[in-house]
Order: sequence, then structure tokens, then C-alpha cells
Amino acid sequence: MHDIKHISKGLVPHGVSACAGCGMELIIRNVMDVLGEDTIIVIPPGCSALFSGYGEETALKIPGFQGNLENTAACAAGIRAALNAKGNTHTTVVGFAGDGATVDIGLQSLSGAIERRDKILYICYDNEAYMNTGIQGSSSTPFMASTTTTPTGKRTGRKDLMQIVIAHDIPYAATASIHNLTDLRRKVQKAKETDGPSLLHIHTPCPTGWRYDPSKTIELAKAAVQTGCWVLYEYENEKVTINSKPKELKPLEDYIKIQGRFKGLSAEQRQELQEYTKTSYEKYIKKLESMA
Amino acid sequence: MKKMQKQQENLSNKSKKCRVLGPVANVYAAANTGSWRLERPEVDFEACIKCGTCEKYCPANVISIIKDKVECIEIDFDYCKGCGICANECPKKCISMVPERRES
Amino acid sequence: MSYKMLDGNGAAVMAMKMARVQVISAYPITPQSTISEKLSELVETGELDAQYVRVESEHSALSVATAAQLTGVRAATATASQGLALMHEVVGMTAGVRAPIVMPVVNRGLAAPWTLWCEHTDAMAERDMGWMQFYCQNVQEVYDMMIIAYKVAEDKNVLTPAMVCLDGFFLSHSMQKIDIPEQEIVDEFIGKYEAKNSYLDTSDPMFICNLTGSDEYTEMRYQQKVGMDNALEVIEKAQKEFEEKFGRKLCMVEGYKTEDADVVLVALGSMCGTAKYVVNKMRQEGKKVGVVKIVSYRPFPAEQLKGILDGKKVIGVFDRSTGFGSKGGPVWNETCAVMKDSVCDIREYIGGLGGRDVPEKTIEKIFEELLEIKDKKRKDHTTWIDVKSNAMDIRQVEKNA
Repeated sequence: MHDIKHISKGLVPHGVSACAGCGMELIIRNVMDVLGEDTIIVIPPGCSALFSGYGEETALKIPGFQGNLENTAACAAGIRAALNAKGNTHTTVVGFAGDGATVDIGLQSLSGAIERRDKILYICYDNEAYMNTGIQGSSSTPFMASTTTTPTGKRTGRKDLMQIVIAHDIPYAATASIHNLTDLRRKVQKAKETDGPSLLHIHTPCPTGWRYDPSKTIELAKAAVQTGCWVLYEYENEKVTINSKPKELKPLEDYIKIQGRFKGLSAEQRQELQEYTKTSYEKYIKKLESMA
Repeated sequence: MKKMQKQQENLSNKSKKCRVLGPVANVYAAANTGSWRLERPEVDFEACIKCGTCEKYCPANVISIIKDKVECIEIDFDYCKGCGICANECPKKCISMVPERRES
Repeated sequence: MSYKMLDGNGAAVMAMKMARVQVISAYPITPQSTISEKLSELVETGELDAQYVRVESEHSALSVATAAQLTGVRAATATASQGLALMHEVVGMTAGVRAPIVMPVVNRGLAAPWTLWCEHTDAMAERDMGWMQFYCQNVQEVYDMMIIAYKVAEDKNVLTPAMVCLDGFFLSHSMQKIDIPEQEIVDEFIGKYEAKNSYLDTSDPMFICNLTGSDEYTEMRYQQKVGMDNALEVIEKAQKEFEEKFGRKLCMVEGYKTEDADVVLVALGSMCGTAKYVVNKMRQEGKKVGVVKIVSYRPFPAEQLKGILDGKKVIGVFDRSTGFGSKGGPVWNETCAVMKDSVCDIREYIGGLGGRDVPEKTIEKIFEELLEIKDKKRKDHTTWIDVKSNAMDIRQVEKNA
């Protein structure tokens, strides 16, 4: 049983040493709020491990296990199997991992769990790089973004996690953004109720890694959707539903101008990135519409 | 401003202490993140429409709307990191970030 | 009690079934594959009431098993060779969170060169990861050590996972007649599984395996050391209780005709059977030789081994694994450490690699060398006992000058 040292609203204490303005902190609070106490969480090493805690202290009021970087889905599957063996089908098992632990090193175990139809909820908070180790590029780092391992900007686009899990015909998957918490919470609830594996891919602005003023986290999350850098949609019953589609895309500058990770781009590169974003977005929407 | 009370609710006195081996955390605790703050949010209560936007977006969940009070927004400064999201998102722009000063 | 013809893998499966494992996650790898197959079959047919998680890798296999065990059930997996190497990261995790999993390891060499066959390097590479390791001589011993391993691993003073090592093909695929006890006696011996340490339970939440600072890391490592130390006593007790219940005597280290022996050979695994046969044969010729079989390599039964080896002037050690960069393999090094205060000559033999048989003549050759050394008729010995003389030249290709 927990020793409750500090009281809090909800299942996460208020003082957690995530950076000021951390998007992931807002996500985990909302996720825990929707999932409730009947939940077991698996967290890999990374920023979300701040919630696992340090020493005797934890920042989660529910049971949890910190596995390895690449086995979040497998650990969740193990917990699910054990609960099933004990006849417990009510407890939610959630994996909460970053983009690196998901689309890079964790993709194999995630693929396995989805293919087996293990009833786990997998949440990927995507801050588009390895933030906890010092902002190194991941396969989710967007085109031209600078990280400590793509110092002059990434030369390739990002890996599309959603389409990968859709290729597994996952029962439920959705993208979400922290600027629309009502939509995010609805999707968490839906994922929780899914009979089988479900995945949420949540765009997560990171003031430290993207180098912007921490007050702009929500603003940037919104700008990403408005400029076509992030698309809100969900997949269920073999069909895609686009949740919000801007009538007209806002200029990319609205999104990238305040981010240090795009600061080094020349005027031509900015133009190129604007065109790339627009083309990719249009192509992507077309693809999603064909899956509707 | 009423501070959220810190409370030692030692539940282990209801059950006996058991030795647990290996890495296990069982103390639910908060870090003193209020000390990080460089700027603090200040609310113009007259202009506030109590919409709850600041409360909703606060990553630390330290803002509470108290609808029937004049000082209708409570911020727990023990934990507020001063990120400024509340000020940035306020639709009435009634929260401003002011430099934190050392208390004398 | 009943007799059955089973191979080593079959015996391991039988033990897991009779331990009533509730979650199984395994990934096929030669020569372990029939364990994965048989377990899935038992689950499908309903003979075993368990969840079978058909994982996509060994890394996930042990991850699933560890997380399941922490959720309060007896979980099972099995592997070999490259699979164990892939598990390595999780191997340390399982031990560190004190999840007492019992895992058959079907010993096979590691690439490169690719091999499918027996060698102990795979398990030896994991020797410092905090798992107990038991090496078996025959199929009966596989079954028996599995059953004993459950009891020891789950003991509240041990809480340490265990590998039960069986030589690939020599044991895993060798059919032998074995004695299977009644289910009730096994139930009584092992007991129902309960999570005695940390667990994932929503009615009693705790966070397992968060970051530990340098102010506590050493202490948690020390806890593991204490668990391993305690195991020495717990294994002995369990083996004694096993003998009372099942009528078969097992020990951590067995001396075979060592008391009056002039020279002895220390070894692990299936080759001990051959070695014992050679001992009997050579004794008929009046040569006083003996064999020391180490069953428990981790924890290492130092006192017991010292008791057997004390007074022996010449000792041979057979490592079925390489000790690159060291003067000898792991068993030799361990033996030297145990005998460091005794005046004795400990000779290292390396052989049986990549499935090479260790036949009578190899062991005879070792004993003859050891006897000659004892009689001061020779000084040197042949460390790589079964290496071919043309080792450096087995491949010659034409190359452009």
C-alpha cells in the first residue's frame, strides 16, 4: 500500500520534475484521469519515467512497472496474460512510451502484441526526438528538424506509426493532440473500452527539445494541426475517420517560427519545408479519405 | 491564497511493515517544483470569466476555479513551475506572468 | 509414480506442466523448439490451464514472463543460444526485480561460427546476471532439477530466478526412461504460487523498478547477493526434502569415486555420464580416477567442492565453453578460486564445442595426462583437448596476389 506523502487532485501528484510546460505531463494527467485506479501502467526509461519516480518515491497512485526501452508492449502483454489467468478482465493495462521507445526500438514488441490481439492500451506520446537523453533524432523526428544527432536538420521524413498499426488491422487507433483535450479524453475512453489492442499516438510539444518558450505548448500543438503537420483521425472497424480538417492550411511559419529546432533553416529551406508539408498533408488526407 | 495542505497520511500504520527487496517505490510524493519558478501567474480576477481554460491546460494541474469566490482562481504555488501556459491560453488575457521575487 | 519415455525437452515441459505454470511465453529456437511446441499444445488441448503468449522474440518472451510473474502468477519461458543472448537485457531485469522464474536453457553454442549444437557458452555468458544455474547430467535430472528449482527460486529468502541447463541434443533430444511422480506430491512440494515480494495489484499499488540512485543501488545488488548466498542452504534443504518425497538423491556437487582417487576431473552436464563410465573402466585397469559433477554452477558450492577436492594433488577441469583472453574457462577459474589456499595443480581442458562429442577416448586421454602429471612423467597438458592439428588451416582459398 502506498504511503501518501502529498495529496493531489487525481492519480498524479502536482510536483513532478517534468520540464515546465511539458506536453507529456498534461497527457499523463488526462490519461490517468480517464483510466482511473483500476489500471496497471508500464513505462519504459525516458521522460515518462519521471512518473515512475526515483528511489522510494513514485508519482503514480496506481501499480506500475518500468521495463526496458523496447519491451513496453511485451511487458503490458505479460501483465494482461497474468490478469487473464487470474480471471481479471476489468483492469486496464496501459503502456506509456515516447516515440523512440515506440517507433524505433519498441516497434517489434508492439507489432507482436497487436498481431496477437492482446488487450492492451498503448499510448505513444510523440515529442519527435529522444528528449530524455538529450534531444537526439528519432524516426519520428520531422523533416528538417534539428536535433543533437541531426544538427543541420533531418534529411528524411518521419515514420508513420498510425499506418503501421493500421496495417495490423488494430481494433482501435487514433491520433490526438493536447490542444483538444476533449477529443483526447474521448479517445482514451474509447481505447480503454476496446476489446483488443488499441493505440493512441499523441502529438507532444516539448519546450526543451523544440526550443520554444514553455508557455507556447498548447499554441504549438494547435498550430501543428492548423498547418497540416499533425492530422487528427481515428481508425476503427477497418475505417478511418478524420476528426478535424482545417478548411485551409495556415502558413507553416505559424508553427515553425518560434521553434529553435527550425531556426537554422534558410529562406529556401523554409519554402521547401512549406511545400513538403503541404504536399505530404494533401497526399495523406487523400489516403485517409480513401480509407474512410 | 489557501495553500493545498501537505499531509502525512501514513497508511502503513494500518498494516504491518514488510520487507520488499529490489527496486520498488511505494511513497506517493511530489517534488518541490514551485522552487523552479522564475515568473508567477497573476490573475486579474475582475476580468476573469471563470471559463476554466487555464485549469484545463495546466500541465501540473495546480489551478482550481472557485466559482463562488471573488478570488476565483486558486494556484498552488508549492508546485506551479511558472511555465506560463495559463497566461498564454487565457481567452481574456487576464493572467499575466510577473517576475518571481525572493521573499524577504 | 509412473515411468515415461521422454527427452530432455519433454522432461522440462512435464515439470513446467506439473508446476502448473499459468502464463507461458516462448519463442522457438533450435534445440529448444519442442518445448515451445509442446507447451502450446498442452494449452490448446486444455491439459494445462495457462495463457500462451506467442511472442515475436526471446526479448519479448522473457519480458512477458517477468511482467506476468510480477502480476502474481508462475510464468514460464525457455530458450537457447542466440535466444538467451537476445534476452540478456531482460535476464538482468528479471533477477533485479526478484521475479523467481524457472527457465530451461537448452545449451547451444553462439555464433559465429553458426552452430546448432551443444556448448555451454550461451549460459556462461549470463553467469553474472543474478540467476541460479543448474546443469543436468541426464533427462531425469532435468525433470528433478526443474522441480527443485521452483521450490528454491520462490523461497522468500532466495527470490532469485533459475536456469536449468540441459545440453542441446545430447539431452534435449535424447529419449530416456524417467520416473514421473504423482501430481499431488509435486503440488505439495512446490506449493501454490504467491507473489512474496513486489507485485502489480491494483488493490495494493506499488511501482516496481523505477530509477534507483547510487545511494541505494549497491544495497539492492547486495540483496541479490544475499539471496544467492541463501540459495546454497535452501537448495541443500530442498534436495533433501526431494529425496524424502521422491526417493532420488541430488546434490549441488557430486563426487564420483573421488575419495581415493589420485586424479579427478571436474565437469558439467551430460558429459559427466560418459566421464563416470570412463572412471569405472579405468578403475578396472587399476587407475584411481574420479569425477566431480557440478550441478549448481550459480550459486557455486565452493565449500562442498573444496571438501571433495581437498588433498587432490592433480585436478582437471573440463570447460565446454571458451575462456577467450583468460587462462581458462569459467569452471576452471571458479575451481582455482575455491582451491586458492591448497597446494594442487589444476589443469584446464576446453572441448566439446559446437556439438563436438566428448567421447570416452577424450576423457581417457585427459585422465592419462593427469595421471602422468601426477607421476611427474609430464609437465604440459593439452588444454584444447579435442582440437584438430590443422586448426589454423582448415580453410584455404585462392586469392589474387
